[in-house]
Amino acid sequence: MDFEFKEEQLQLADALKRWIGRDYGFEARRAIVASSAGVSEQAWAQLAELGLTALPVPEEQGGFAGDAVDMFVVMQELGRGLVVEPYFATVLGAEFLRLGGGHAALLEQVATGELKLACALGERQSRHDMRDIATRAEPAGDGWRLSGEKKVVLHGAQAGVLVVSARSAGGQRDKDGVTLFAVPAGAPGVRITEYRMLDGQRAADVHLDGVQLGADALVGAPGAGWQILEAAIDYGAGLLCAEAVGAMDALFAATLDYLKTRQQFRVPIGKFQALQHRMADMYIHLEQARSMAMLAAVRLRSGNAAERRQAVSAAKYRVGQAARFVGQQAVQLHGGMGVTDELPAAHYFKRLTTIELTLGDADHHLARFMAEAS
Amino acid sequence: MDLNYTSDDLAFRDQVRAFLEAELPQDLQHKVLNHLRLTKDDYVRWHRILARQGWVAPGWPREYGGPGWTPAQRHIFEEECARAGTPPVMPFGVNMVAPVIMAFGSQAQKDYYLPRILSCEDWWCQGYSEPGAGSDLASLKTTAVRDGDHYIVNGQKTWTTLAQHADMIFCLVRTDPGVRKQEGISFLLIDMKTPGITVRPIIMLDEDHEVNEVFFDNVRVPVANLVGEENRGWTYAKYLLGHERTGIAAVGRSKRELARLKRMAGREQKNGRPLIADPLFGAKLAELEIELMALETTVLRVLAQAHKAPGPEASVLKVRGTEIQQRLTELIVEAAGPMALPFDAAYLEGETEHSVFDDDFAAPLLPHYFNYRKTSIYGGSNEIQRNIISQMILGL
Repeated sequence: MDFEFKEEQLQLADALKRWIGRDYGFEARRAIVASSAGVSEQAWAQLAELGLTALPVPEEQGGFAGDAVDMFVVMQELGRGLVVEPYFATVLGAEFLRLGGGHAALLEQVATGELKLACALGERQSRHDMRDIATRAEPAGDGWRLSGEKKVVLHGAQAGVLVVSARSAGGQRDKDGVTLFAVPAGAPGVRITEYRMLDGQRAADVHLDGVQLGADALVGAPGAGWQILEAAIDYGAGLLCAEAVGAMDALFAATLDYLKTRQQFRVPIGKFQALQHRMADMYIHLEQARSMAMLAAVRLRSGNAAERRQAVSAAKYRVGQAARFVGQQAVQLHGGMGVTDELPAAHYFKRLTTIELTLGDADHHLARFMAEAS
Repeated sequence: MDLNYTSDDLAFRDQVRAFLEAELPQDLQHKVLNHLRLTKDDYVRWHRILARQGWVAPGWPREYGGPGWTPAQRHIFEEECARAGTPPVMPFGVNMVAPVIMAFGSQAQKDYYLPRILSCEDWWCQGYSEPGAGSDLASLKTTAVRDGDHYIVNGQKTWTTLAQHADMIFCLVRTDPGVRKQEGISFLLIDMKTPGITVRPIIMLDEDHEVNEVFFDNVRVPVANLVGEENRGWTYAKYLLGHERTGIAAVGRSKRELARLKRMAGREQKNGRPLIADPLFGAKLAELEIELMALETTVLRVLAQAHKAPGPEASVLKVRGTEIQQRLTELIVEAAGPMALPFDAAYLEGETEHSVFDDDFAAPLLPHYFNYRKTSIYGGSNEIQRNIISQMILGL
């Protein structure tokens, strides 16, 4: 049994940490968030240079074939650094393409950093149930025609290609009849409405008005997309758990620092037992969440679907509980400063809250865990 | 990162399982799995079975008769014992006084006491807490005054677990009242048969006699029974507190109880369906199961750090471990519902005929729930553990 990260993983984490420290500090990030693009091409180029865009891509397509534990290390650092670049969306998209097979050219472009991806999955009615798909895919000539509307697509406007889930058969919540497509963002009939989220990241609604696609746009087999979709969502949820652990680490450290420096009644406020016990409880939450995020990463790597589903849902639930407690209490312990936009604390809290609402909240994953267990 | 046991570990686990299968007496297993009360003889019998195998003191170095296991093997052993439902080995001798004697005791003390602990010739109890010294243990008032080759001990200890069975008690006593409270404490080994010692039962809220008050009235203790140096007892006691690592989380036991809870919730009915299918109960069960998964992983993370000295991380395991144990007792009572209410003391004591109720499973559940409120109080209350986390880990 071994909980240590490999030397290469630690080196990568270090390199990423150094880059964030140098070029992606709180003020630099704030400027990127406030810019009209909302992301930084320069930062993206540096992520590619660090090898991060190649990391999740299979070796055949010029990648490093990094596994879920490698990605854990990366996402943890990106969480610590509050990085708002479209990395998660791209990595998740690449996982869809990898699981679907084919699309080698796209994966090659992802590896070099030329291509960003996004995943258009959720709809107005679906909440956290990604099986609930109203977007239609109908056979048209040699290919397919897509119509529907996808909501809150993370970094949807930054992507060159969108992975879209659609229904080609069956009822709206059936597992069978789900078909996945790789849709060029510039395809006729694709309209993207971008907005900012309160955590500083960009998202978009994607309107698909009779978008014509060739058969080569399919990701996996027609009607059999659920298995890929579910596995990819688990992968994404696992990555978000790792990002949340990194964000909580940083938020916890900032709060601890604040408790040691902020003086009231002529002592550092960390001398007060009420606050000490709150911090102890936050620490326990954080360590329990870290354990679950690590377990999920390992189970994602092992490839057993039942174990993966159970561990990921348990992790997303547990991390969600921790994120809410640590986030809210960190703000509380920062007092008035905690509710301003000036300190990183609030930004971590906002990011953690966003993660909680992405790819399944605590209730969703608890219910899924229960269903798996019975 | 690799969270699987090695093939050696798995082979070891099979060996432990085979041993337990062959050697754990069924009557003891029945009592443990059903939370019935154990007699002194029950504890001693199991202790001696383990001792014969050389497995009664997994944490001891080989030179004193330990099995020389790795931390992972110790964890596996604890987990398998919990799974099978063995009686606990009382910690007071094996895990508490023995490490202190090994580290600070005289050669004569090591030679005399350690083999007797292994063989359970001496049953030990712990003389720490006093009526006025609970969480603030260092304020203890029991005195030991030197008189030639003896100390004269006067005072009172309390919450002394199973002192009614004990041959020996290890005590923290005040030998110097004139210095800072931590600096005037000594560590004494006292024979329970010494004149002047009185044991009085304290009946707990489950109506069981598990703990006692122990009174010392001019008790003469040979100076040879002092461990280490006079007035250094606090240091030795703290050494003991730091000795515990992962067992305190009781993950194996909680896994067993979770399985029991699931079996019950599959059998009991609500609204014409198994209780486990009830969304409210099911959610509570799932939350608990996830918390236990997380704790198990946290325990394994601590174990993987076994090359480092045990540290304050044990406080995290104690807090979460006991919270989970208590939550399990709560949900088990909820699952039994009103059937948990009839109280059948004779059945708990081993009567097989029910005096008040004919359902085996429910009778011990409510007493067990009440009994387990102790877990967040003993061994340093969970509030004290939070103090330790904030001071030792977080530096506040």
